[in-house]
Amino acid sequence: MASPLFDRQRLLEAVLAPIVATMIAVVLGDVLILAAGQSPAYVYRLLLEGTWGNPYGFGQVLYKATTLAFTGMSVAIGLRAGLFNVGAESQLAVGGFACALVGWLLPVSTPWLVAVVIAIVAAGAAGGAVGAVPGALKARFGAHEVIVTIMLNFVVLALLNWVVAARLHDPETLHTPAVRAGAVPRLASVFPALHGSAASFVLVLAMLAALGLWLVVARSRFGYELRAVGLQPDAAESGGIRVGRVWQWAMAAAGVLAGLGGTNFVLGYKGYYEDGMAGGAGFLGIAVALVGRNHPVGILLAALLFATLSQGGLAIHAAVPKQLVEVLQAATILAMAAASPEVRRILRNRRPVVSERAEKEAST
Amino acid sequence: MTSPHDETSKPAPSAPALRLRSIHKAFGSCVANRGASLEVLRGHIHALVGENGAGKSTLMRALAGLSPPDAGTIEVEGRDVTGWSTADAIAAGVGMVHQHFMLVPTLTVAENMVLGREPRDGLRFDVNKAYRDVEAICRESGLAAPPDAIVGDLPVGIAQRVEILKALYRGARILILDEPTAVLSPPEVAELMAVLRRLREGGTTIVLITHKLDEVMSVSDRITVMRQGATIREARTADTTPAEIAHWMVGRDVGEAKAITSASEVSAEPILEVKSLVVDSTRGPRALDGITLTLRPGEILGIAGVEGNGQTELVEAIAGLRAVRTGSIRLNGTDATRLSVREREALGLSHVPEDRHRRGLVLEFSIEENLILGRQDRFSRRGLVDGARVRAFAEEQIREYDMRPTDPTIEVRALSGGNQQKVVVAREMGHGFRVMLAAQPTRGVDIGAVHLIHERILAARAEGKAILLVSAELTEVLALSDRVAVLYRGKIAVELPRGEATADALGPYMTGAAESKTTEAAV
Repeated sequence: MASPLFDRQRLLEAVLAPIVATMIAVVLGDVLILAAGQSPAYVYRLLLEGTWGNPYGFGQVLYKATTLAFTGMSVAIGLRAGLFNVGAESQLAVGGFACALVGWLLPVSTPWLVAVVIAIVAAGAAGGAVGAVPGALKARFGAHEVIVTIMLNFVVLALLNWVVAARLHDPETLHTPAVRAGAVPRLASVFPALHGSAASFVLVLAMLAALGLWLVVARSRFGYELRAVGLQPDAAESGGIRVGRVWQWAMAAAGVLAGLGGTNFVLGYKGYYEDGMAGGAGFLGIAVALVGRNHPVGILLAALLFATLSQGGLAIHAAVPKQLVEVLQAATILAMAAASPEVRRILRNRRPVVSERAEKEAST
Repeated sequence: MTSPHDETSKPAPSAPALRLRSIHKAFGSCVANRGASLEVLRGHIHALVGENGAGKSTLMRALAGLSPPDAGTIEVEGRDVTGWSTADAIAAGVGMVHQHFMLVPTLTVAENMVLGREPRDGLRFDVNKAYRDVEAICRESGLAAPPDAIVGDLPVGIAQRVEILKALYRGARILILDEPTAVLSPPEVAELMAVLRRLREGGTTIVLITHKLDEVMSVSDRITVMRQGATIREARTADTTPAEIAHWMVGRDVGEAKAITSASEVSAEPILEVKSLVVDSTRGPRALDGITLTLRPGEILGIAGVEGNGQTELVEAIAGLRAVRTGSIRLNGTDATRLSVREREALGLSHVPEDRHRRGLVLEFSIEENLILGRQDRFSRRGLVDGARVRAFAEEQIREYDMRPTDPTIEVRALSGGNQQKVVVAREMGHGFRVMLAAQPTRGVDIGAVHLIHERILAARAEGKAILLVSAELTEVLALSDRVAVLYRGKIAVELPRGEATADALGPYMTGAAESKTTEAAV
């Protein structure tokens, strides 16, 4: 079966495109930094020191990467089924809201493990419910999932905003009351060096989710059907696969993954839900999935890359405008989009050319 | 012979319109052309004939600049143009009319014809001039087409005429038509032939790619026969006969091919019963208008007919891929009219789809993944696909069907058409079945694979399987079927047993010529 981990050709293909894309982005960054009158070496050193160079910065990178990994996986499972999930933003938010609500409602005396599991399940279920809507509408009425997910973002985010502002906010604040049960400990409780950073054990949940995603997509029967539908729906239909049903489940799964990402902010960091907590992580998930080539390992690495850029933006603020990293992110995405098919074609062409020549020699 | 190094761009008067020499072209491991040569005289209709997969289209695509040859030279009007681009080809007056129309269905006839060379008035698209130009071309060529009609609303025959007019508008003096009659009804075919003759009178050189010999005989001046990528023979049409051409095409006497089977024991209980089946069409009349047929174990029912007379709809309706308006389908004694694809498969139905790239295969999947498509449940335990069993099954089938390459993890996209089709046939035959819908099972497949697939179909029949064979190749239908039914405009025009089904007997029904006779008889 599909085993991309051990196929040298595919591995090379998968790794080369993101590296080329990142290098192009870095070169573009050089130009911009020089234009701003700074030395690229200095700025990049600042960026690395502010992120991987000290424990706090590293912890912040891990925190941001955790959310991005979830939204990246959410987009990726949709793409594997041929669907473009632009709704990770609201799925993430509703997941965060659900676990904040459950954590607040649960009595303080609830055993920790029970509370955590219930809160996490609530986050996944809420995200899954929001994700299932565009899947069902597409399967039943042929509504395009891009339109529906974009529109649902507005609806869901506005609804959450209203609920929190009108009914549920803590007095004098604009966020929900803090959770009483189900908080996930910070990584700093085990690695004291990370003290002060927001990274929590939700990171472990992200890695488990990545493993689960790989297992489902590459090894399971549902994953097989999902990939068949994503690559050639007519052939899948001829083979008796119910395309609409696969779409529904794929979008629901995408919602679950994004919803789980909501626990990172709520259970792992702040302890409450507030408006704007998603902060664009759902949309950045599209870039993470793209750069990570829809593969769980690639997504984890891509999430680290984008988290580094995002956190590094704060570090380089003294030298250049922090918007520079946004340009770098955009350049990476653009270069990735452009480089990937190009690189793939170059790699693919090598084989037939060789065999063609060999054949000609053999025939003469 | 003129010097090949003639520098002048003016055509040398004695040069032929086209001269292709020793063209060689391979796609991966599949060699499409091996030393093919073609010479076409100016103002002639030259037929390029050969079976599916003989390399006709590849040769013409090289000429039209769509895919340059690996070796060999191409001369147009005495000028060496090897390796030119499509734009060069168009500029030099070579126009190609593809089997699948390259028209924008939502634009008008005039808009389609001028597309890419729109007359301009400053920056504005000059619609009025476009209409005037189109009308002028129609007048000059004697081909009528309504300039303001939307192309998507036109019947196929007219849409094809628009393709021809488009080539003429671009100044084509040499016109290549790739299987132009495959999609046409008989009256449309007759009209097309008249059009081609008219164009020839006007001085246009025409290359007609086809495998239908009656067309060749009626319209062409000379013919070139291709087989397995090479040009086998060239002759004046008047000096040859259809039998002789068929012999060159196939490489042996066609009569021999039929001596394959004698009628086997056919049990009485039908396994597939289709009754008064009506299927709607996306536009126009019903795609299927009251089809009734039965199929028993151990027999092959051939469906012949010009493409587009309901074959696709019939197969898809029985397979469960197309909604049925009225009528019933019984499979193995169970009413299957409303069952899903998977439920029909469980009743013993298997389906070789007519378009393997769209329906038959997931091109990005490996051989082994494609071999379990639709049967993935049987290769799964507790929701996980059992990779070892999938691999074992694939290795067995690769050996059995002699697929190349033999690596089960190779993407099927990298396979030749013949090997891709072997994957589809292996899958549909490899998991136990009782009834098979075989739609165009050997389309675009090399001769070796054709033989293998025919062998498998006959072997399945000998084992008591039932096969509904739908093919545009009359020779294939006649060679394999126990009974032959002709589909014409969504109805079965006639059904004849093996002994009586000959090309001569079926021909009138395929063209609708016998239609009036049957309706009279039915009344």
